[in-house]
Amino acid sequence: MAILDLANPTRFLSLAQRLLPWVSVACVAAFVAGLYLTFFVAPDDYQQGATVKIMYLHVPAAWLSMLCYSTMALSALGTLIWKHPLADVSAKAAAPIGAAFTFVSLITGSLWGKPMWGTYWVWDARLTSVLVLFIMYLGLIALWRTIEDPIRAGKAAAVLTLVGAINLPIIKFSVDWWNTLHQPASVIRMDGPTIHASILWPLSVMALAFTLLFLVMHLMAMRNEILRRRVRTLQLHAASARHGVATPQAAE
Amino acid sequence: MSGWIGALFLRELRLSVRVGGGALIGVLFFLAVITVIPFGVGPDLNLLALIGPAVLWIGALLATLLGLDRLFQADRDDGSLDLMLMAGRPLELLVLVKCAAHWLGTGLPLVLAAPVLSIFLNLEPLAVGALTLTLLAGTPALTLIGAIGAALTVSLRRGGLLLAVLVIPFSIPVLIFGVSAAGAVTREPAPFLTPFLFLCALSLIALVVGPVASALALRFSSD
Repeated sequence: MAILDLANPTRFLSLAQRLLPWVSVACVAAFVAGLYLTFFVAPDDYQQGATVKIMYLHVPAAWLSMLCYSTMALSALGTLIWKHPLADVSAKAAAPIGAAFTFVSLITGSLWGKPMWGTYWVWDARLTSVLVLFIMYLGLIALWRTIEDPIRAGKAAAVLTLVGAINLPIIKFSVDWWNTLHQPASVIRMDGPTIHASILWPLSVMALAFTLLFLVMHLMAMRNEILRRRVRTLQLHAASARHGVATPQAAE
Repeated sequence: MSGWIGALFLRELRLSVRVGGGALIGVLFFLAVITVIPFGVGPDLNLLALIGPAVLWIGALLATLLGLDRLFQADRDDGSLDLMLMAGRPLELLVLVKCAAHWLGTGLPLVLAAPVLSIFLNLEPLAVGALTLTLLAGTPALTLIGAIGAALTVSLRRGGLLLAVLVIPFSIPVLIFGVSAAGAVTREPAPFLTPFLFLCALSLIALVVGPVASALALRFSSD
C-alpha cells in the first residue's frame, strides 16, 4: 500500500482500527519484559547502586522526545511540500506526546541528578537544549491553539517546526561539542555501544516499549484529531444550515 | 529592479520614525529595563560590572521582541501587506528589506544607546567597546529570527505575547555567544574572537533562514 492511499482519512481510520489492538498488545508485552529486565535482571551499578535503574526510563524518554520532534518535522515537510491531508494531523497529534516525553526525561533526569551530581539542575548544554526543546513543544501547541482555522494553523506550525528542527542536532551533539556534566553518548555511536550487554539489553527492550507506546498514542491521537475535525465540520454545516433557514424568514 | 527596493526601504523607515511608528519606544524600554536592574540586584558596582553585559543583552533582546509585532501587522491592518504579496516581487527580498529598515529604526538605536547605558552598569571602556560590537553583530539576527515569529502571528489579534514565546527559544544561541563574547574581555583567559565569530555566523544563518521562513509563513497567512 502506497503512502498516498493513506491520504484518505477514512482508509487511515480503518487501518488504525485494525492495527491498534496488535500494537497495544505488543506495547504491553514489551513493557512487562522491559520492566522485569530492569528491576530483576539488570545489575546494580557498583557506584550508583539502585539509582541506575532511573536510566531505563530516562534514556528512552529522551530518545522519544527527539523521535517525536523528527516525526513532526517530517510531517511538516509533508504538509508544506505534498499538502498531505494527514501530515498536519500527524504533526498536531505528536506535539503533546513529545512534550510529555520531554517532560518525563527532564523530571527523571533531575531525580537522577540529585543523588549523583548533588543537584536537581545544572545549566549544562544537554539539559539546556532539552529544556529549549520542551519550550518549543509548548510554543507549537500554543500556536495550534491560537489560530482557529486548522489548515492555516497547521501550515504556520509546520514552518515553525522546520525552523526548530535545527535544535535536534544541537541536542544530539551537545555532549560532544561542549564539556558537560552530562555524560557523552554511549549507545548510539559510530564505533558501537560502549556499555555492557547486561545493561544494553534491558535498555533496548525499554526503548522498544517506549517507541511502541508512542506509536499507540500517536495513532489514537491522530484518530481523535480526525474525528474532532469531522465534528467541527458538521457543527459548521449545522450552524450554516440553521442560519440559512433563519435568514429568509427574517427577510420576509 | 533596485527602484522598488529603495522605495520600500524609505517608506518603512519614514513610517517607523514618524508619529505612530514607535521606533524610539524600544530605546526607552531598553533604558527602563536597565534602570530597574540595580533595584532588583542591589547597587553593588562590582556585581553590576560582572553581570552588566548579560543584562544589556537581555534588555536588547526584550526591546527587540517588543517592537517586532508591528513588523507586518500594521501593513496587514491597512491592507498594504496584501498589495505587497500581490505585487509579484520576490517575497523573501521584500521581507529582507522590511527587516533591514526595521533594524535601522529599532535595532541600531539600541546599539547606539548601549555605551551610554553601560556607564550605569559600571563597565570598563574595553568592555563597553566589546559589548557594542557584539550588539552590532547580534541584533540583526534577533530581528531576522523575530521576523519569522512576526510573520507566523500576523493574523492573530493578540499575537505579541505568543510571538515572544515562539521567538525566545531560537534567540538563545545568539544570547549565549553574544554574552560570552562581550564578557570575555573582562575575564582574561577567555577568548573574544571565537564566540564573536560564532555570533557573526548566527547572524548570517538568520539572514538566510529568516526571510525564507517568514515569506513562507506570510504566503500561508494570506490564503
